[in-house]
Amino acid sequence: MSYKHLSLSLAVLLAATLVACGKSGTSATTPATPEVNSGASDVSVVKIGASAPLTGPQAHIGKDNENGTRMAIEDANAKGVIIGGKKVRFELLSEDDQTDPKTATIVAQKLVDAKVSGVIGHLNSGTTIPASRIYSDNGIPQISPSATAVTYTAQGFKTAFRVMANDGQQGKVLGEFAAKTLGAKKIAVLDDRTAYGQGLADEFIKSAQANGAQIVTHEYTTDKAVDFTAVLTSIKGKKPDLVFFGGMDPQGAPMLKQLKTLALDVKFMMGDGGYTPKFIENAGAASEGAYASLPGVPLDHMPGGKDFSQRYEAKFKQPIQLYAPYCYDAVNVMIAAMQKAGSADPAKYLPELAKVEYDGVTARITFDDKGDLMGGAITLYQVQQGKWQPLQTMGGGPAAAH
Amino acid sequence: MNLGKFPYCKKCNAWRVFAVLAIVLLALPFVTDALLGRGWVRIADFALLYIMLALGLNIVVGYAGLLDLGYVAFFAVGAYNYALLSSPQFGLHWPVWVVLPLGGLLAGFFGVLLGAPTLRLRGDYLAIVTLGFGEIIRIFLNNLNAPVNVTNGPQGISMIDPVQSGGISLGSTQQVFGITLPSVHLYYYLFLCFTLLVIFVSLRLENSRIGRAWMAIREDEVAAEAMGINTRNIKLLAFSMGATFGGLSGGLFAGFQGFISPESFSLTESVMILCMVVLGGMGNIGGVILGGVLLVLLPEALRNGAGPVQQWLFGKTLVDPESLRMLLFGLALVVVMLVRPAGLWPSTQRRRELSDDDDDVVKQELESVYGSSK
Amino acid sequence: MDIFLQQILNGLVQGSVYALVALGYTMVYGILGLINFAHGEVVMVGAMVALTVSQLLLATGLPPLLVLLIALMVAAAACMVLGYGIERIAYRPLRNAPRLAPLITAIGVSIVLQNLAMIFWGREYHAFPQLLPNGLHTLGGAVINDVQLIIMLVALLMMTGLMLLVHRTRLGRAMRAVAENPSAAMLMGVDINRVISVTFMLGSALAAVAGIMVSANYGIVHYYMGSILGLKAFTAAVLGGIGNLRGAMLGGVLLGLIESLGAGYIGDLSGGFFGSNYQDVFAFFVLIAVLIFRPSGLLGERVAERA
Repeated sequence: MSYKHLSLSLAVLLAATLVACGKSGTSATTPATPEVNSGASDVSVVKIGASAPLTGPQAHIGKDNENGTRMAIEDANAKGVIIGGKKVRFELLSEDDQTDPKTATIVAQKLVDAKVSGVIGHLNSGTTIPASRIYSDNGIPQISPSATAVTYTAQGFKTAFRVMANDGQQGKVLGEFAAKTLGAKKIAVLDDRTAYGQGLADEFIKSAQANGAQIVTHEYTTDKAVDFTAVLTSIKGKKPDLVFFGGMDPQGAPMLKQLKTLALDVKFMMGDGGYTPKFIENAGAASEGAYASLPGVPLDHMPGGKDFSQRYEAKFKQPIQLYAPYCYDAVNVMIAAMQKAGSADPAKYLPELAKVEYDGVTARITFDDKGDLMGGAITLYQVQQGKWQPLQTMGGGPAAAH
Repeated sequence: MNLGKFPYCKKCNAWRVFAVLAIVLLALPFVTDALLGRGWVRIADFALLYIMLALGLNIVVGYAGLLDLGYVAFFAVGAYNYALLSSPQFGLHWPVWVVLPLGGLLAGFFGVLLGAPTLRLRGDYLAIVTLGFGEIIRIFLNNLNAPVNVTNGPQGISMIDPVQSGGISLGSTQQVFGITLPSVHLYYYLFLCFTLLVIFVSLRLENSRIGRAWMAIREDEVAAEAMGINTRNIKLLAFSMGATFGGLSGGLFAGFQGFISPESFSLTESVMILCMVVLGGMGNIGGVILGGVLLVLLPEALRNGAGPVQQWLFGKTLVDPESLRMLLFGLALVVVMLVRPAGLWPSTQRRRELSDDDDDVVKQELESVYGSSK
Repeated sequence: MDIFLQQILNGLVQGSVYALVALGYTMVYGILGLINFAHGEVVMVGAMVALTVSQLLLATGLPPLLVLLIALMVAAAACMVLGYGIERIAYRPLRNAPRLAPLITAIGVSIVLQNLAMIFWGREYHAFPQLLPNGLHTLGGAVINDVQLIIMLVALLMMTGLMLLVHRTRLGRAMRAVAENPSAAMLMGVDINRVISVTFMLGSALAAVAGIMVSANYGIVHYYMGSILGLKAFTAAVLGGIGNLRGAMLGGVLLGLIESLGAGYIGDLSGGFFGSNYQDVFAFFVLIAVLIFRPSGLLGERVAERA
């Protein structure tokens, strides 16, 4: 009886595997071509992988990332890029990682299987870190446009880069701005208990305290919450003059509204997660006067920046959400390194990527020895008359040591 | 094992099937790698992990009939146990043959911890409490970075040691008898061994005194108690046995991924594992395995399928393939349950309960015991 | 003191939001003994439909309250059709199936609805227009606005209306009969399919109302909003005793109060070791404690009152 069961069970295991493999036969129709594949007309194809959550709660930002990457690739193809004397065409392979660390590793392995020359992604630190091990094992350069956790580049992987300031860099500037420029004495901190929100809030606290401000309370919420009245009421009891929220705009906007409803008259500040047009739209009149930061120099001040945002809006029928310009830069940095090396072979252009110097639409991009953005400037913005207006750009200096 | 009941040739037939299966399972990673790419070997690895989880939950839900919506908590306990004891987090690098069993034991203990206060609860009330338990564990893991940093909070734990012993690490490519085995292949074989172990234990439990006691509780708790079954102990045993399997696969997961963070242990995971058990066929080991394999493979298969199918049907891509993927997955859940309400491959007992035509089932069962009349 | 009062008010408002959704859950559960896990998604669809309708109508310059009324009716109608469809397709064929089968179809339906909503309404968070007045009132140092007052009122009205329906009407009697014993009800001439369909449609219409109220309060809608709301409401319904209308209201308000007081005072109570990050842990502990002493919820035992 048991043996029969056992073998039956195994048979099912096998059959199901085979069925599913049969189903996925479609994937086999895109054969694992060598990464430089001479086409009929002497144009070789270079595959660039991209990964971000395209379903789930953060899909709106994930799609924005994909759009930025896609635009860079289409621009490059329109312009015609020559690498090592040969004309190349770039091809985008975009995969949904569902904000799930496990799915991220599957996606990473798939991109490696598809012989991509490099990867733009992932969006979150929680997916970027486990995936980075797979890219590193296979020698594929990875540039994250938005992962901010310090750990990502501190693992010692030669293939891990980011074109975004890490939590250490950004938190430092934010804390300094709050305590010095805004003169906040008593600060209340809230974070959403995600890797991003908690990381940024902790760095902010360190920096604000170092600059003489007092943290009167540290409260918490989640990245799925919509009601913050309870924690805001506790904060009100501590009478702060500034509230800092480490989190994203879907929470930031209603939080700010509820803050006003509770008649809590304080300055409100967020990191890059708040710098979105949606924040202003969703918080309405309450958003006036709120602060947020964004790594890099304001897009309008950069050569090609304004043009980029206009073309983005025309192409995707929506304003830039958040990280699309960083994705755009990430692709271009990668291409620049390939051109310099004269090859799209990861092993050949990786050393060039490590010492690249490139003027992107967000900043001048060079990497330090860990792969972090070097000397990344961070700009602070305030909502004025329903629009994010740049206040000042603060030079970041080297990444905070950890 | 009642092998004596089988006629002689039936036995050798079973062995033949067994041998073929063994060869195919052993060759699977190589075949998959060659035909579909290494990504699919990784998916096969995850499928095995989830089979272990589903079999663990099957003990609680399938055998003992206790609806558990927080099963992922045990997975998390096992994973964090491994991560804390073999990573730079505390600078500990304990040997894997200590850490893995410890994870199982710890999870088993947590199973009792969950079971104890919920003994009186039934059905949906039990579901919500177990759900709460799962969330409590996740919230603790997510917040225990202050005042004392234990779990590193939302940042998760990185640089976890791969499964390794005696200088051989499964985290890197190894040469065995001249065959090159990449890391994913090595993990496949490891997970396969553990899955077989879990299947074996499940089989033995199913036909044991304890297994029958679980099923008695599932069918009628009051009657079971009247028959002299100590329902309290037997229920606690179900929780802890199920949890042990979860803890074990959690440890394997941590070693395999090298990085864990609380977001891997959300309620959605518990729900997915429950879907595997119910969809495959509660209480039937084969069914549960089928469910686990299907629900891991389906979303990945749809990843590649949705785009080309649209192209073929409408001549162009109407909706982003990635938006359709989860939609089709949801539809598949509904359709399968409608077509086969007791699961794809229900246990014979279930079939007996559901079928209107009792004779038919009895005949089937007789056949399965004595072989077909030929 | 004003801080404490404010926390109580916060809890009441939040609790009324939970109660609004929990009433729909409990209604269906009371009749069918089935947890309609897709209920949260129906709430989301209600909010989304209302969003689209009000955006269209506000552009024509109609007064906000009229827009709200029309949006409410359209959303309720849409949700009723949806609820009817869900019951017919995903639940009815499984009425005699194993208990967990409809649970899985419910999960499937949730995933389908979420992804359909994502395709129709996009991945962004949308701002919900200001349709209700939101003037501020001060009450002994604590603040509350009109929307919040309206939410509490609507939750109470809805509960009372449902209780009247269940206990005072012919339909309600049929519902109770089906809940008590479907076969016996059928023998007595009750068209159980019709009663169940109507129950589902009613529950879905309630979901639409809840969706609009929630969106009006927080001013934001998203295709993913249903899942967490559904979960909290389910917890609230169980706390109060699932299947019991008054229990849903009580459970909702209690859960709201527990959450807000937990978030507000857990830090002080635990000497700073736990903070508002353990708000949900606190809520679940209370739930477990309640269920240990009353295994079928606070009001769960009064079977006669099951809706």
